[in-house]
Amino acid sequence: MAPAVDCRELVVRYGSLTAVDRLSLSADDGEVVALVGPNGAGKTSTVESLEGYRRPDSGTVRVRGLDPVADHRALVAHVGVMLQRGGVYPSLGPRRVLQLFAAYYPDPEDPVALLERVALTSVATTPWRHLSGGEQQRLSLALALVGRPDVLFLDEPTAGVDPEGRGAIRAVIRELRSRGACVVITTHELAEAEQLADRVVIVRAGRVLADGSPASLAGGGAAVLRFATARPIDTAALSAALEAPVHEEQPRHYRIDAPTPPSVTELTTWLSSQQAELTELRTGRSLEETYLALVGEADGSPAAPARPEPGRRRHRRPPR
Amino acid sequence: MRPLLAQARVETAMTLRRGETLLVTIGIPVAFVVFFSTVHVLPTAGRPVDFVVPGVLALAVMSTAMVSLGIATGFERGYGVLKRLGATPLRRNRLVVAKLTAVLVVELLQAALLLPVGVALGWRPHAHGGGAATVLQVVTLLLLGTAGFGGLGLFLAGRLRAEVNLAAANGLYLVLLLLGGMLVPLAKLPGALADVARALPAAALSGGLHAVLGNGGPVPGESWAVLAGWAVAVPALAALTFRWE
Repeated sequence: MAPAVDCRELVVRYGSLTAVDRLSLSADDGEVVALVGPNGAGKTSTVESLEGYRRPDSGTVRVRGLDPVADHRALVAHVGVMLQRGGVYPSLGPRRVLQLFAAYYPDPEDPVALLERVALTSVATTPWRHLSGGEQQRLSLALALVGRPDVLFLDEPTAGVDPEGRGAIRAVIRELRSRGACVVITTHELAEAEQLADRVVIVRAGRVLADGSPASLAGGGAAVLRFATARPIDTAALSAALEAPVHEEQPRHYRIDAPTPPSVTELTTWLSSQQAELTELRTGRSLEETYLALVGEADGSPAAPARPEPGRRRHRRPPR
Repeated sequence: MRPLLAQARVETAMTLRRGETLLVTIGIPVAFVVFFSTVHVLPTAGRPVDFVVPGVLALAVMSTAMVSLGIATGFERGYGVLKRLGATPLRRNRLVVAKLTAVLVVELLQAALLLPVGVALGWRPHAHGGGAATVLQVVTLLLLGTAGFGGLGLFLAGRLRAEVNLAAANGLYLVLLLLGGMLVPLAKLPGALADVARALPAAALSGGLHAVLGNGGPVPGESWAVLAGWAVAVPALAALTFRWE
């Protein structure tokens, strides 16, 4: 079956600036795909091409097999959209706006129940302009849901949202996935992508740097062991004992880089011999490090403390 | 049909709740009728009220179709509302019809207020070719004016930044008020300026209304031609050049 969202060799230019440079990605039903990258990476331009707001300068984009520009009318019924900002009449309250949007669709969600789902019932009649940033984002999410879409494009859904609101938004996105919808989100927060996405696509300067599950991307590089101790240790002595370099990243926080993971048993034995109590232990690499390394590498200067091996990095995903 | 009805209802409610809209569409026209009918400062021949009421009717149409519609649409574009609507099944032509509905509701309100106020101040409309024919001519003039001014408002709203559009619509309102034969008869303008003014929709609308309501004569062909030209050309231009985001 064709993927729900399919974007091949997409190019978007604004005058002489190439915002998206032969970017390919796809997303399936029941999958949450996160487009991650720094500001100006081309995330929004990509998503807006999928939404039909931009006509690609070259390449093809298909959503449910349809061209988002040419088949716009057929597609809008399937697609739920959350813009990066705005998009709502400032003088209207959430309930009124949801009721209005519900009227656009043949079989809409119940606006009142939807308000409850995104925790906006208490501000149902507050004009949009008086809502907090988080409330505006949640209303925007509710508007994306009201037509019962099976493909969703959410541009920075949790930007400016407090932790509680984030929880509500994440819960809704997980629910959408379990219902079999295809969800594409953009974010520049790695933790967000790591928690929500089945697949993370790291984008920089309009190109895909990496594409894979959060776990595979995070674990893609060299083995790393991180630990913290209650009191300072002698790193040179530990290096000698483990035959692996030990770095102090912050006071009492250490990192061991090695081609093969050093034995945790050896480490803990050595620490107890020094009466240094272990307070924290972590193996593998976080998505954030992979990301910083990839983005830094693409900039020509490694931004991560340890320059990792390229791992699963792919500069351009071959079309399937 | 349901999307259109819902949109028209919301557009109308929002329009009627905007204080600045009501000021420019209801407050100012009513104040003009009362003031200039009782304070005789306008250089009109005959009774001021007979000149003021048809002129202010034209002004009212301009306020609603150009200023109010244009400014509101400009801000909706600035807030990304129009962009967001583009991702819903609401079709563009239905959005335009919904907005037009709100404009017509306000215009009915304006007529329902301005005409009785005028009559109370002593205005007696002349009827050219009988009452029904007069009403038909007046309604046609007002609708053509609505199309022309609405097109102008949307043309500006579709091209300019919201704040610039706000200034432009208000500026144009003032220019067309002075050059539109609404309060100041065109005959009082210097020759060249009067010639320019005659080609504008404001003077064509007020000229037509003055002819049929004030003098009881037929609407000049020139008024019909100018008004119809604007009514077709500007909305088409707006449709072609409108930027949705």
